[in-house]
Amino acid sequence: MKQTDFDWKPLALVPVLALIALPLVGSGSNWLTLTVAGLAMGMIIFIIASGLTLVFGLMDVLNFGHGVFIALGAFVATSVLGAMGDWTGSQELWRNLVAVFPAMLIAMLVAGAVGLAFERFIVRPVYGQHLKQILITMGGMIIGEELIKVIWGPQQIPLPLPEGMRGAVLVGDAAVEKFRLVAVVVGLAVFGGLAWVLGRTKIGLLIRAGVQDREMVESLGYRIRRLFVGVFVVGSALAGLGGVMWGMYQQNVIAQMGAQVNVLIFIVIIIGGLGSTGGALIGALLVGLMANYTGFLAPKVALFSNIGLMAVVLLWRPQGVYPVANR
Amino acid sequence: MMTPLLVLEGVHTDIGAYHILHGVDLVVPRGQLTMLLGRNGAGKTTTLRTIMGLWRASAGHIKFAGSDITAMSTPQISALDIAYVPETMGIFSDLTVKENMLLAARRAKRASDMDDTRLKWIFTLFPAVEKFWSHPAGKLSGGQKQMLAVARAIIEPRELLIVDEPSKGLAPAIINNMIDAFAELKRGGVTILLVEQNINFAKRLGDTVAVMDDGRVVHSGSMQALAEDENLQRTLLGLSL
Amino acid sequence: MISRMLSHDLPRSRTLAILLVLLLLALAFAPFLFPGVKALGVAAKVLVFLVLVASFDLLLGYAGIVSFAHTMFFGIGAYGIAIACTRYGPTWEAIAIGIGSSLMLSFVLAMAVGLFSLRVRAIFFAMITLAVASAFQTLASQLSDITGGDDGLNFKLPDILSGGFVLMDEKFLGATIDGRLICYYLLFVAALVLLLAMLRIVNSPFGRVLQAIRENEFRAEAIGYRVVLYRTAASVISALFATLAGVMLALWLRYNGPDASLSFEIMMDVLLIVVIGGMGTIYGAAIGAALFVVSQSYLQDLLRLASEATSGLPWLSALLSPDRWLLWLGVLFVLSVYYFPTGIVGKLRAR
Repeated sequence: MKQTDFDWKPLALVPVLALIALPLVGSGSNWLTLTVAGLAMGMIIFIIASGLTLVFGLMDVLNFGHGVFIALGAFVATSVLGAMGDWTGSQELWRNLVAVFPAMLIAMLVAGAVGLAFERFIVRPVYGQHLKQILITMGGMIIGEELIKVIWGPQQIPLPLPEGMRGAVLVGDAAVEKFRLVAVVVGLAVFGGLAWVLGRTKIGLLIRAGVQDREMVESLGYRIRRLFVGVFVVGSALAGLGGVMWGMYQQNVIAQMGAQVNVLIFIVIIIGGLGSTGGALIGALLVGLMANYTGFLAPKVALFSNIGLMAVVLLWRPQGVYPVANR
Repeated sequence: MMTPLLVLEGVHTDIGAYHILHGVDLVVPRGQLTMLLGRNGAGKTTTLRTIMGLWRASAGHIKFAGSDITAMSTPQISALDIAYVPETMGIFSDLTVKENMLLAARRAKRASDMDDTRLKWIFTLFPAVEKFWSHPAGKLSGGQKQMLAVARAIIEPRELLIVDEPSKGLAPAIINNMIDAFAELKRGGVTILLVEQNINFAKRLGDTVAVMDDGRVVHSGSMQALAEDENLQRTLLGLSL
Repeated sequence: MISRMLSHDLPRSRTLAILLVLLLLALAFAPFLFPGVKALGVAAKVLVFLVLVASFDLLLGYAGIVSFAHTMFFGIGAYGIAIACTRYGPTWEAIAIGIGSSLMLSFVLAMAVGLFSLRVRAIFFAMITLAVASAFQTLASQLSDITGGDDGLNFKLPDILSGGFVLMDEKFLGATIDGRLICYYLLFVAALVLLLAMLRIVNSPFGRVLQAIRENEFRAEAIGYRVVLYRTAASVISALFATLAGVMLALWLRYNGPDASLSFEIMMDVLLIVVIGGMGTIYGAAIGAALFVVSQSYLQDLLRLASEATSGLPWLSALLSPDRWLLWLGVLFVLSVYYFPTGIVGKLRAR
């Protein structure tokens, strides 16, 4: 009955997975490279997944169209960065950051605005009907993906990293790509921001309370609908930001990328426990590490390894690593 | 009799395919404690939820302080200074006791904004709330949760307090604590509507009483009259007090 | 007699009954009514989709479960035939091995996914099937030694089913009685039998329990039905029928690759057909599949015309490009879920 009664076991999974991988990978420098890559990928996935898991937790809405915002963010970034060639082409890191920052901001704004419309026209009419929700949001995803193709074309577009973020730094023998470090930093910043909002502000309290018991939050006099719209918009914006990061991580973007990432996101939020932000972080890191280790060891089964990971976690905790109470 | 604070007129409620309330007429007088009694499945909880707008009345009217609230949403109803403690208590178990209280204090942005004197008064009513102030609410015992639930409902002054079975599953000592707390609230002039199964609880606190059966109010009057009339108790409740 | 064949689940609408009879006649005499290779191809595709969509309806419409792995089972059936015929040559044994092993694989996979995800929470099923299906799709294109990778596999069938085989020299009712025709009728009979079998399943006590679970899971559980087992069984049965639809596809195309049977677009098509035809009716699958497959090419032609007509307005023209037909399909899909939830069959029966 102590305040510090924290469930640390899921958190320990991350280093445990990394340590298991060490002897399998063999070389320490390879392992370090892969681990940093995995953590970077995990942080990006977390940025994307956090919104989806909160949207589900708060209103029981499973948005299969979440992937659209990922692709949208990435494509917006190609346009913004393309228009700022002088800045991205510069060798100086600060100039690159000046270019990347507005790209991220605009991507988030666009994704958030589209999220607002998506909530209003696609999600709202089918509250409380899971079957229709899945069908409708899936339909919304197809429409969004096709519209992206109409605007930016169906082909793959390169999203080159700004000059200053290219290349790697050497840590001992291990080459660690600079952008991966940037991704970890941005991911940590987003996590820190979310943790602060959820833990320290009244809005955050309301969200956490709403995830557990929607009706009680309403009975206390708060309009959960508004709160939900807000969370949906922020979640969409974060997916947009994640899309920019993902696009830069892959160095190219394609309209179908949303659907591809969606699969990973679903695995992540199932592992984490639907509705749990902390769980989503752990799930994302596990998935990111797993994808990189198996991508190195046995590339053909990379996706299956994550499904296997999910299966193992669910056998251990059927509701995910951090089950949300009252659900 | 004083002017009623809450009036239900012929309220019907359907849940899915089931017709639960068949025209409930209920009057809650201002400043009194009204007991809503009845067997399991009589429709007591449904009545409370319909008042709160958590389920929609399909027919009839609900009036609070003279204005019609039938069509209002739950947050709107709550904003009229009606507090509700559901049967499940609605404790946010992942949040601390403090955070639970802070959410109930609508006007407070952070813990320091909460009214200190009122908090102190609540702590004297429910010492457990103070004792476990920064613990996760999920770790509290059933009785402590119930205390937190009621404490949460009164963190700000309310016109009407609606509580669904506050004595459910509680140890006798805690029930006494709860009775004292409600008696204290009554003295403060709050109007209270309680659903109860525990007859002793009802007898010690109730001013007026309404008995439900099969989705209707089948008897209403003063608690005292019901407590003295054993025949009436037997016909209404199937048992004596 | 007819009522018994239909498991006493009659169309319950005169228009629907007429449409179904017309469809049956059209498919039965397609080689003679609509001469030409392309028309026969369309008819065969209708037969395949009819089985595929009906098997999905069994899951979505009757059990209320959304699966995105249906094309995975479809693909398993198609790959089973393709791989077996490539490895063991164009023999009936190879076909039997292909059918047997793909049914077995589908059974095991559907059972595993079902028991696993339905045990936890029904809503997981949609997400997990999506993940498994996309992993399977990646695997199928990567194991190119076995599956032919993205190019897929071309293979030969036993002589009697191939175009070179001619039964009679003279034409019969204006059509050559060749291997393609025999293959078509093989599919026709298979589709008919499978459809009647599915009708039997959904109208059996098992089917009624599924619907009870769909309507009220808790009540069904309270009455004493093991909800997880029923749902898993439904998903396994549906997967097996989808596998057989895949077998039919491979037999007809004598080719299989990721785009032919595994692609997500097919999954969308199936979803759309079920919704438009009418969920939970089986007949809806038949009407919907026919309507969809026939209009598929027609819609694209229409879009091409519209796109050319609006070439002055590049934006509109891009929207109307035939490549963007999935966009309009998606819009149609969303609109039908909103405004047309009971589908064609539901509308016809409501009149």
